[in-house]
Amino acid sequence: MATERIAADAPLSPETSPQTDIIRARALTRVFQTKNGTITALSGLDLDVPAGSMTAFVGPDGAGKTTFLRMICGLLAPTSGTLHVLGRDVSHEAQQIQDRISYMPQRFGMYEDLSVQENLDLYADLHGVPLPTRKERFRRLLDMTDLARFTARPAGKLSGGMKQKLALACTLVRSPELLLLDEPSVGVDPLSRRELWSIITRMVEEEHLSVIVSTAYMDEAERCDHVIVIHEGRILSQGSPEALRRLTTGLCHVTDVPRGMKARHLQAWLLDQPSFVMDAVPEGSHVRLVLRTECRRDGIPAELFEPSPSGMHLDPASCRSVTPRLEDSFMFLLRRGETTDHAAEPATSSVQEETPPAHAAGSEEENVIVVRDLVRKFGDFTAVASTSFTVKRGEVFGLLGPNGAGKTTTFRMLCGLLPATSGYLCVAGENLRKAAAQARTRVGYVSQKFSLYGNLSVLENLHFFGGVYGLGLFALRRRIRDVLEEFDLTGHEHDMSGNLPGGFKQRLSMAVGMLHRPEILFLDEPTSGIDPLARRLFWRRITSLSDGGTTVIITTHFMEEAEYCDRMLIQDAGRVLALGTPDEVRRQGGNAPTMEEAFIRIVERSRASRPDAS
Amino acid sequence: MTGFFRRLRALTVKELRQISRDPSSIMIGIVLPIILILIFGYGLSLDVKNVPIAVVMEHSTPLVRSVLAGLNGSAYFSPHYVPSMHDAEELLKKREVDAILRTAGDFDSRFAKGDAEVQLILHGVDSTTATLIGQYTGALLSLRTQTSLDRGELASGAGLPGAAVVQSRIWFNEAAESTWYLVPGLIVIIMTLVGAFLTALIMAREWERGTLESLFVSPVGRAEILLSKIIPYFLLGTAGLLLCLAASRWLFHVPMRGSLLLFLLCSSLYLIVALGMGLAISSVTRSQFLSCQIALVISFLPAVILSGFLFDLRSVPLAARIVGNILPATYYMEILKTLFLAGNNPAILLRDCAALLFYAVLFMGIAIRFTRKNLD
Repeated sequence: MATERIAADAPLSPETSPQTDIIRARALTRVFQTKNGTITALSGLDLDVPAGSMTAFVGPDGAGKTTFLRMICGLLAPTSGTLHVLGRDVSHEAQQIQDRISYMPQRFGMYEDLSVQENLDLYADLHGVPLPTRKERFRRLLDMTDLARFTARPAGKLSGGMKQKLALACTLVRSPELLLLDEPSVGVDPLSRRELWSIITRMVEEEHLSVIVSTAYMDEAERCDHVIVIHEGRILSQGSPEALRRLTTGLCHVTDVPRGMKARHLQAWLLDQPSFVMDAVPEGSHVRLVLRTECRRDGIPAELFEPSPSGMHLDPASCRSVTPRLEDSFMFLLRRGETTDHAAEPATSSVQEETPPAHAAGSEEENVIVVRDLVRKFGDFTAVASTSFTVKRGEVFGLLGPNGAGKTTTFRMLCGLLPATSGYLCVAGENLRKAAAQARTRVGYVSQKFSLYGNLSVLENLHFFGGVYGLGLFALRRRIRDVLEEFDLTGHEHDMSGNLPGGFKQRLSMAVGMLHRPEILFLDEPTSGIDPLARRLFWRRITSLSDGGTTVIITTHFMEEAEYCDRMLIQDAGRVLALGTPDEVRRQGGNAPTMEEAFIRIVERSRASRPDAS
Repeated sequence: MTGFFRRLRALTVKELRQISRDPSSIMIGIVLPIILILIFGYGLSLDVKNVPIAVVMEHSTPLVRSVLAGLNGSAYFSPHYVPSMHDAEELLKKREVDAILRTAGDFDSRFAKGDAEVQLILHGVDSTTATLIGQYTGALLSLRTQTSLDRGELASGAGLPGAAVVQSRIWFNEAAESTWYLVPGLIVIIMTLVGAFLTALIMAREWERGTLESLFVSPVGRAEILLSKIIPYFLLGTAGLLLCLAASRWLFHVPMRGSLLLFLLCSSLYLIVALGMGLAISSVTRSQFLSCQIALVISFLPAVILSGFLFDLRSVPLAARIVGNILPATYYMEILKTLFLAGNNPAILLRDCAALLFYAVLFMGIAIRFTRKNLD
């Protein structure tokens, strides 16, 4: 009897099968203690990850991806349950595991005052890479990352994309038994992102690495052998990308956008039909939608073809079924768990009432931003060269470009944070070079970094910034109530701002930026590091704001988000490469199938014609 | 070379490179000691020299002038002779003089009887200076009286009947030069600053910048991490120490009566205590701002005020004395003052070194305890 039990237990013990499963989690739970109670980051996770494969963790913000990766590294101890990595128990043998794995945290701590070469040397020394092999390894890494020219440059002086490549190179100074990457391409432009992934794929092919990567990009997850969808600390689903895609077979359709209608309005209307539609997203000149499972047999339900009270409906002739992508299934999995009314929660009605009618009634043709021959130089370096464009009231205008293209500089000049070297700059009817202060009261700015007071509560931050904007006591109180509701922060008024999860922080920043009802809202990479679910909600808000007459200027690294914009501008090395509607820009990119492809083509073509621009 | 030493070397080299590229570490480690020693050495002097003093002679006689003649030649006073008490008061009110010395009209006759009186009015705003002026004036006059007694100018027996005259001598700091005891104290303060302040920042900086997360997931152990922080800053601290030593020797001419070797050994021990304190603060708080504040409040300020740098701990209230006795700086202060001015005194040195050793173990223990390779 006793022997039988041992035999039955044996397959579960790590010693017997150390090679097959690189990760083995059993009832793994992790709970964090905070002042406001406990947060369960992972609950009862059971998971086996086979060796020699590439595995992706995907999930919304706060799903527990980073916590799980840190636990694999032995940086966080399990609250209960067990976790074996490379056949060893993380609770007792963390050092032995750390000797054999490589980990690139989300915020890889590069020593910014050390040069590229010194950073590499340091990590090679720490990982005990023998000198003879080191030379060859460095040559390969520098070659792949294209950093060979910059070995003497301090890491702090590299652009965002180069920093990330250096971080990857430091992580790969030796060939680990398991490589862990926590959102390696957050805040990185499409070109650098493509380079990062080509390095990862090459290393995996040449050295047969086992890789675990967490990511918010579904196209990155699609490159992996195995995808694990995590939500609220539990595994929603797992399997090969192909198997996951099959979940939405027969549910994905695209529809043309009728003339004169904006893709984002059709998308918003579709999202408001939660009884039929799971997900909708603008794509090219179409809108892509995922139907609920009940509609699998009959296709798009007839109700969607009938004109709704708002006059919106789908045209049967312009709809066709398409093969699913991983993102469709991901949204499907996340939304499936939600109740119907929760899915419809970001209602537009309240927002439209809030915004002053004066803006809403503003004529479409009025230019609120006029930029002519704008130049900004820093010493000899020209950050922005002779840039001209206009933005109309109520438009959503996208500012796109690789890291270091001059986007942030342009942005800061538009907000009146940085004086222009030369050129004409008129924002909300005020010449910024003469009356920057007046213009500033009419714009709202949400910076890329969380720039509110982390040790003030949500309410205290709103009160403070309302006071800064000079809002009266009663008006402010009313306005705060409105923005709390509008940005879905009700119930979190007394939470410390610094302790909020990423998505909440971003919403709070936007709430602060909208407190004084600006005519123009500037958003600097607001969706960086945010998962698709949160991005949908974010763009719903932008759509409502724009409908209310607020002009929105936005920078982003997610090229598919350019599809939400009315018009967009692609910048590189300070010059304008493309300007127009998403359709026009795609055409300039040689009728590329996706915006990302169009972007890469436009930037590469420009760089090829100007080889001096590095 | 084993892995341990290879990694330790790599981390130490990294730390030294960071120090050499970060102007603020050099500022705190090298420039600040120089500035402090100049400010404290020259600016903070507890001696009184060339004190302006108004002298009012109600009746200027040769005797009065000869009694007060000592003022003229003294390095401590610069006398202003004024005709009336009224003028003197004006000068005092304007703070052009720090004291008024007044002799009565009947000084001569009463001097012979031995009960002549001299009035001394002091500007009491700086009570330390006032006390010193009082003492110096008293000493000056009693010296003169003594001379008169010796010369038989006074009526025999007219002096203080059976008077005992105090013949004071100051040992160990014969000239009662305040720099002699300030400079050793200054070394304590600079060592505290360099040790605790610099290291309080560095561990916290790694936490804040997120560099530890990638460092942790490598074969590096916490002993290597901590040692790589201690070694470079120990070197930096030693550089500051040698600077102070050079200044004390050649700038302020403070004698070194004890053994130089003992001085270096004890200083090394204290440097380890200070570094340990900084590391402990840094490891516990993990925030640069917070550890900076804490280092200031629990190491630097008490080292200035409560370690016996300025005030003798035996004369302060009990509570302050208790706090003073908890501070490691107090023990190092005693070691340095002893070594510089009194010479090797085994009893004091052994006791104080034992105390420092205890603190070194305590703080390093805390630092090791709180530097765990996890993010909990």
